Amino acid sequence: MQTRPDPAPAKATPEQAWTPTFLAWLIAATSVLGALFFSEVMKLAPCELCWWQRIFMFPLALILPLGLFPFDPRVVRYALPLALVGWAFALFHWLLVLGVIPESIRPCVRGVPCSEVTFEWLGFINIPLLSVLAFSAIIALLALTHYKASK
Amino acid sequence: MKQKTLFILSGITLLLAFLAATLYYTSGKQEEAIEAVAQKQDNLHRMHSPGKGAEDAKVLIVEFFDPACGTCRDFYPFVHRLMEAHPGQVRVAMRHAPFHEGSVDVVKIMEAARLQGKYWQTLEALFASQDDWVLNHVVQQDRVWNAIAGVGLDLDRIRRDMNAPEIAANMVQDMEDAKALNVTMTPEFFVNGRPMPSFGHEQLQTLVEEAVAENYH
Repeated sequence: MQTRPDPAPAKATPEQAWTPTFLAWLIAATSVLGALFFSEVMKLAPCELCWWQRIFMFPLALILPLGLFPFDPRVVRYALPLALVGWAFALFHWLLVLGVIPESIRPCVRGVPCSEVTFEWLGFINIPLLSVLAFSAIIALLALTHYKASK
Repeated sequence: MKQKTLFILSGITLLLAFLAATLYYTSGKQEEAIEAVAQKQDNLHRMHSPGKGAEDAKVLIVEFFDPACGTCRDFYPFVHRLMEAHPGQVRVAMRHAPFHEGSVDVVKIMEAARLQGKYWQTLEALFASQDDWVLNHVVQQDRVWNAIAGVGLDLDRIRRDMNAPEIAANMVQDMEDAKALNVTMTPEFFVNGRPMPSFGHEQLQTLVEEAVAENYH
């Protein structure tokens, strides 16, 4: 299907592009509240890598809604770098708890060791994996926003 | 506007879910904690712990603390005020939970000072100068000696006594009991075997006042 390039991409298909950004925010907000639940309610001290992931997840919960009202597809430009760096930390952390990355290059020395698995559901779902999934989903949804908005 | 409604409703739903989970979790935890401590009274009371207050006091505060912990220092006068408010009715037993780096040796010094009858003076001197010998949560061992210089201790004897096996054994016992009672932060208080529902001056005061009211009509 051929469509004529729209002179104002921001208003090209706002309805369609809005939804993935909204879903990305939903995931970010859930992740933030989940992280806060672990640390503030269950009193589980976040390890150092957890803090790095928080640094990149928490702002997403605030930046994404700013791009929702009024809808601004350029929010992808501001949110995607955060999500990508956060995703890299999450992946590193996950590989660490899986044992793929050897102990010797563990970056954490003080406090809670990052290789410690605090939670495990069904034998493989742990907090770092949830973080990888959340960042991945946010990246995919932001990519979808960009795609739909620029179409 | 539909999108705004959706956003606001989602936000509210998330927050409500968070609050509900928090309430559910904390109320369950609180009961669990009271129950768990109730079954572990042996871990709470040890003969070796330094105590203060009337021997026959019916209200006993067991305090797990770390001499290098700032909050423990801040609570110290508060605990004494609680004891003064109920003269002869409240006693405090000190359990050592040296969680800070290097703090184990400080406890050994306090225990050695106890052999010279100067446990409380040493503790007070340490608390008073805590900012001098604890830097970034790490104990500066050489500065500890300066901190207790004015207490009038026989320091040579302290150096000999602090490595006594009995002191080490008591400290191991304290740490094991701390673990059994799920003491992960200091200070932690138990009043007549009951933990604080949440951390704070008021909570401790309430526990003490309830215990006093129960035992002294």
